[in-house]
Amino acid sequence: MSREWPLWEVFIRTKGGLSHRHAGSVHAPDPELAMRHARDTYTRRMEGVSLWVVRSSDIVASDPAQDGPMFEPAEGKIYRHPTFYEIPDVVKHI
Amino acid sequence: MYTTELGKPDAKAPVAIGGEDPALVAAFEARVAADEFIEPKDWMPEAYRRTLVRQISQHAHSEIVGMLPEGNWLTRAPSLRRKAVLLAKVQDEGGHGLYLYCAAETLGTSRDEMIDALHSGKAKYSTIFNYPTLTWADIGAIGWLVDGAAIMNQVPLQRTSYGPYARAMVRVCKEESFHQRQGYEIMMALAGGTPDQKAMAQDALNRWWWPSIMMFGPPDDNSPNSAQSMRWRIKRDTNDELRQKFVDVTVPQAEYIGLTVPDPDLVWNADKGGYDFGAIDWEEFYAVVRGEGPVAKERMKARRDAWDEGAWVREAASAYEATRAARRAA
Repeated sequence: MSREWPLWEVFIRTKGGLSHRHAGSVHAPDPELAMRHARDTYTRRMEGVSLWVVRSSDIVASDPAQDGPMFEPAEGKIYRHPTFYEIPDVVKHI
Repeated sequence: MYTTELGKPDAKAPVAIGGEDPALVAAFEARVAADEFIEPKDWMPEAYRRTLVRQISQHAHSEIVGMLPEGNWLTRAPSLRRKAVLLAKVQDEGGHGLYLYCAAETLGTSRDEMIDALHSGKAKYSTIFNYPTLTWADIGAIGWLVDGAAIMNQVPLQRTSYGPYARAMVRVCKEESFHQRQGYEIMMALAGGTPDQKAMAQDALNRWWWPSIMMFGPPDDNSPNSAQSMRWRIKRDTNDELRQKFVDVTVPQAEYIGLTVPDPDLVWNADKGGYDFGAIDWEEFYAVVRGEGPVAKERMKARRDAWDEGAWVREAASAYEATRAARRAA
């Protein structure tokens, strides 16, 4: 068996003004073919107006086992949210 | 579809594998029970991982092998419209196979390994594709019945507990509905045509009905892995529940176009609000699973040939990129 083509992650912008969103992945030997495969595999029905392909091995992901320490500080700082502050109802436009 | 456990009850049914940290197992079970999605990098029991790899790869193989019976009619579709539609459908099936291989790869098995397992005969695919497509009406029957059964099975899988599988199913379900409708449209046209055309449609229904309702897999009391898969929220409904649902929605569709479901025991049961239907020949099902289906050998040969004859393309593309990479480095 010959060496398997590397994996690429595919991101689609569904329409102008929206962010690219992860759709899935494809195998391809190079960026050009990755783009073609992404187009054929993920946009057969006008699913988007723009595609990104990124080598899967280039993505750095957070460790789910570290979710607690990683995201906890934000949860402990509720004063970062507007609802933390009590303003009387009579005060408008704030 | 194609997602039911194939094969006889397995002595190595997935049970807890020793040596796993009970605290991790308990935390995993609690997450699944709370309907959380499990993602690729999350800790999961080895048996969960194995069950998913087997189920998702079987599903992927079925999509890919499923291109063959329909591909058989591409060059003989009765009009340009039907040909364009069938071509789009077959291309979709290839796409569905790719989504599913991707989902399975996130579990740490490479696509080449899965394809190798298919070609060596180790991996299973849906029994339905080991039946031949003898007439154009078979293309109608496949879309209507086989894709109809697939949708019935896949809709609940959009909420299956493994995130990448669930997301792949969302994409598949969106595309699948046209497959069933185009099939029913073919059957409608034939059933409303000449007596010969109507007979052709009836013949296709006669041959595809039983294999289609077998697609939901063995009955619940003979499906030992089901309980575990339901607990892990890999499956959301039992085989028999889905089969009943399929029969209940499909029988009126057959009646509407004047075709007869080939089951003399089929009768409406007002008490349960569903149809009672005749006994399924499970020996035929297991024989087809074992690879004794009418065209099983032909299907596997077509797959292996496609893989082998495409090898030079894969190698050339890799060599081209290797040369360019070397040039960039120089």
